[in-house]
Amino acid sequence: MICGRGVEKRYGHRWALRALDVELPRGGFLVVTGPNGSGKTTLLRLVAGLAAPTAGTLEVAADRGGVGYLGHEPLLYRDLTALENLDLYGRLYRLHERRERIGMLLERYGLWDLRAERVASYSRGMTQRLALCRALLHRPELLVLDEPFTALDAEGAELLDHQLAESAGRATILLSTHDPERVERLATARLALA
Amino acid sequence: MTGYLADVAALARKDLRLELRARDTLPAMLLFVLSTLVVFHFALPTGADEVAAQGLLWVALVFTALLGLARAWAPEREGGALEGLVLAPSDRSAIWLGKSAAVFLFLVAIEVVALPAFSVFFSPLDGSAVLGVLLANIGICTVGTLLAAMAAASRTRELILPLLFLPLAIPLVVGGVGAGVSSEPARYLTFLGLYDAVFAILCWASFEYVVAE
Repeated sequence: MICGRGVEKRYGHRWALRALDVELPRGGFLVVTGPNGSGKTTLLRLVAGLAAPTAGTLEVAADRGGVGYLGHEPLLYRDLTALENLDLYGRLYRLHERRERIGMLLERYGLWDLRAERVASYSRGMTQRLALCRALLHRPELLVLDEPFTALDAEGAELLDHQLAESAGRATILLSTHDPERVERLATARLALA
Repeated sequence: MTGYLADVAALARKDLRLELRARDTLPAMLLFVLSTLVVFHFALPTGADEVAAQGLLWVALVFTALLGLARAWAPEREGGALEGLVLAPSDRSAIWLGKSAAVFLFLVAIEVVALPAFSVFFSPLDGSAVLGVLLANIGICTVGTLLAAMAAASRTRELILPLLFLPLAIPLVVGGVGAGVSSEPARYLTFLGLYDAVFAILCWASFEYVVAE
């Protein structure tokens, strides 16, 4: 699903990634760890197609519609409600049974009662839950999750644990975290960036 | 094609909804264009000719549009929503076209008030002048939305946008004033139509590169 050879990324004079080889078969679960500034986010953005490598080759066997990306930003409109945000993305992803899918995700992540509230009024953790719903909305075959447990409370983190257990094997998952033990039992591969 | 237009409609509808809810841009544009026309009304000497008045109308319209364009991508900057749109499988030019359509509607809404106000302060506008304004709106929206997207990625976006946009708006002002005061407005209207067509194609084709890293 993901095959990178000598992947490098430079922003101006600063190298974010140097000579990285990475491989992940379809259905695999790769956990990326490393200290701040080691290039975790850069790698995930490259895989999601939000950035292009400066050098090397990176092949991802999923088109844009097959990638579910959760980054540091929620990628949501603050002045739209949860329902409106997901409906917009559902339309752009041409989802069949859009309303049912949105309703199911909002229910699962405990946001159904807040569906008509603007995202601007959400707490950081609720925004992260909604961002997860957005990333999962179109049932992506490749899930790219950049520190997805950030800002989630215990209940939210547990919901994400369940989601990852459910998706593991069915979808290919690339996840960066500072807490690798949390996903240890699901991971099929590990990549430690220095 | 139906899917593409559905994407454009969904994106434009989202912008209208955001504006109706937040009222960030339209009231400011309306206040700006009206106050500018009032200032020009008192600044222009009594008996000044129609060409001068029409010129001032276009100054007011272009700078009002600039005000709107500067805010056009603000909702996408907050929360990184533009990346969400870029990741979606729809054609990326739909993002530009949806935004252009929304900006066009904002401009028309402003002009519904501004043009009658101009007629009150200066002289009534004829049909060709109004048609010139509508055609120029298309050029302003297509070019301005693309340039605003380019500027939005920069920290100095407030400076960059006018520097990029105003030189490209000069032909629109020439065409617009010409359509309003010339005895042969068809020439100027054709010129505006050509400008719109050429720049719409260029912007449509190049937006992909603006949002790609």
